[in-house]
Amino acid sequence: MNPNLSRRHFIKAVIASSVAAASHAGIQSASAVERHRGAVERLISLNINGRTRRVDVLPQETLAHTLRYKLGMTGTKIGCNRGECGACTVLINDIAHYACSTLTHSVRARAVLTIEGLQSTDGTLHPVQQAFIDELGPQCGFCTPGQAMSAVALLKENPKPSREEARQALSGNICRCGAYDHYLNGVMRASGQS
Amino acid sequence: MPSYDVMPDVPLFQPAEIGDALNLVEQFGKGGWVLGGGQDTYGWLKDRAKQPTALIDLNGIEALHGIRQTDDGLEIGATTTLREIIANPLIKRDYELLASAASRVASPQIRNVGTLGGNVGQDARCWYYRRGLACYRAGGNLCYADSPQGMNREHALFDASRCVAVSPSDTATALVALQATMIARSVNGRREIAAEDFFVGPATHITNMTSLEPDEILTAVRIPSHWAGSRFYFEKVADRDVWDFALVSIAVVMTMDGDTITNSRFVCGGVACTPYRLHDVENAARGRTLSDESGDALAALASQGAKPLNYNHFKIPLMENLVRRAMRG
Ligand SMILES: Cc1cc2nc3c(=O)[nH]c(=O)nc-3n(C[C@H](O)[C@H](O)[C@H](O)COP(=O)(O)OP(=O)(O)OC[C@H]3O[C@@H](n4cnc5c(N)ncnc54)[C@H](O)[C@@H]3O)c2cc1C
Ligand code: SF4
Ligand code: FES
Ligand code: FES
Repeated sequence: MNPNLSRRHFIKAVIASSVAAASHAGIQSASAVERHRGAVERLISLNINGRTRRVDVLPQETLAHTLRYKLGMTGTKIGCNRGECGACTVLINDIAHYACSTLTHSVRARAVLTIEGLQSTDGTLHPVQQAFIDELGPQCGFCTPGQAMSAVALLKENPKPSREEARQALSGNICRCGAYDHYLNGVMRASGQS
Repeated sequence: MPSYDVMPDVPLFQPAEIGDALNLVEQFGKGGWVLGGGQDTYGWLKDRAKQPTALIDLNGIEALHGIRQTDDGLEIGATTTLREIIANPLIKRDYELLASAASRVASPQIRNVGTLGGNVGQDARCWYYRRGLACYRAGGNLCYADSPQGMNREHALFDASRCVAVSPSDTATALVALQATMIARSVNGRREIAAEDFFVGPATHITNMTSLEPDEILTAVRIPSHWAGSRFYFEKVADRDVWDFALVSIAVVMTMDGDTITNSRFVCGGVACTPYRLHDVENAARGRTLSDESGDALAALASQGAKPLNYNHFKIPLMENLVRRAMRG
């Protein structure tokens, strides 16, 4: 059925046995048993920016790690790597998540949208990206991808937010350059309100 | 504190059935680590301060998720996210206190994935403990926070016993105020625990903030209709409005007869190892009206018995003022 089949089986078996070896004597297992109990298989399909990507993902791997180091998508930044800055924000089924604090295995069968997926295929920037440029949002630019993803999540849910709603929606994204008002101006501009 | 680039090597299980999850927690015992949104978990793992032998992700189990009406109130599945709780129309209408508390947790992205089970199951935020030091709570025999040089600005005023860490959960105070019941399951059966008994202090269990056993999973939280639609007050004081834990918070429920308080529960967060009930305030509130005078009278009772540490005296006036504010007409 597909050329990866034998490789898939191989990896499943490797994983199952490493689970048994690494953790618990009680789990002596053939791969079928492990799968039944919910042990994860490593080679998985991810839906990223509308494309299906096959990736070999460790059980404990975070989405930020997979994106940056497995897929070379370095637009998603890692600032703190512990849920305290927002630089790694991506959308999963349209909801903003910290990619540094999301297991890649938990996003199988869900749609991941990263900063790389915002512009249209002809290269036109997303209204949020354009508005951030127009309002001089990016200073050093490190927080910008995260700010943009939080803004996009907000506008999907609430196309005409008040400035206060925008402030709340972007409150999980730190900007060390302090360009908060510029980003808020950008959200208001992108939503056609300024 | 070092923050490692990647997570430690630990097997992950994503069972689809509650029965499989219960077998897994039973089998792995203390080494099994149940995952809700993982927002309290990953810091522990990245810092190597806790080293579970297996992660058991509960999010694939449908029966643990969602908000349902029951004969007597609501049942909230353990993996229901804080975002879903905040947006739920029934909770907004009848138990707004819980939505207010949930909306003050961490940041939007954390509320988007953080679960109710994880919020009440999270561990102490004492930085010595989080750093991986072998203090009482980690099974050792000293407390770094309650020492002459210890930094204990965020620590407890009440009910400390060796450990002086405070309960970090914002929803916990609301659940104790609303007299919620926690439903726990293990392979051996099912247990209902009053929220007030679910959260335990160091005198009861020094290495665990809840009364859950290692082989138990919290499956749901029930909110009785008793306080539905009554007068609520929630306020959290923290250094920043986002991310920071409560220095002191207050969750209040009151039933009124006209202007008069007939019954109430006052619960503070950030002052003890568990949500802390202000029994004296509750007793004195009965029969009073909401006013600045009542507020002044009750505030004086709020912090009785407090035992401040070197750096947390400021929590005493903070508690008193939160009681005053809850009593404004
Ligand atoms: C930067 C930052 C700021 C934060 N600020 C706040 C704050 O202001 N207020 C606040 O309350 N919290 C805060 N938190 C803590 C925490 O992230 C949130 O409380 C969140 O709701 C935890 O939920 P979770 O599902 O992600 O937890 P998880 O990490 O999945 O779980 C937390 C703990 O509970 C256990 N657990 C989870 N579900 C169950 C279950 N069903 N049965 C048994 N055990 C279970 C887990 O094993 C784990 O030990 C913060 C965290 C971070 C990283
Ligand atoms: S307060 Fe508790 S958690 Fe903190 S150092 Fe003391 S014993 Fe450990
Ligand atoms: S890198 Fe994820 S929140 Fe900072
Ligand atoms: S632009 Fe520099 S951190 Fe925000």
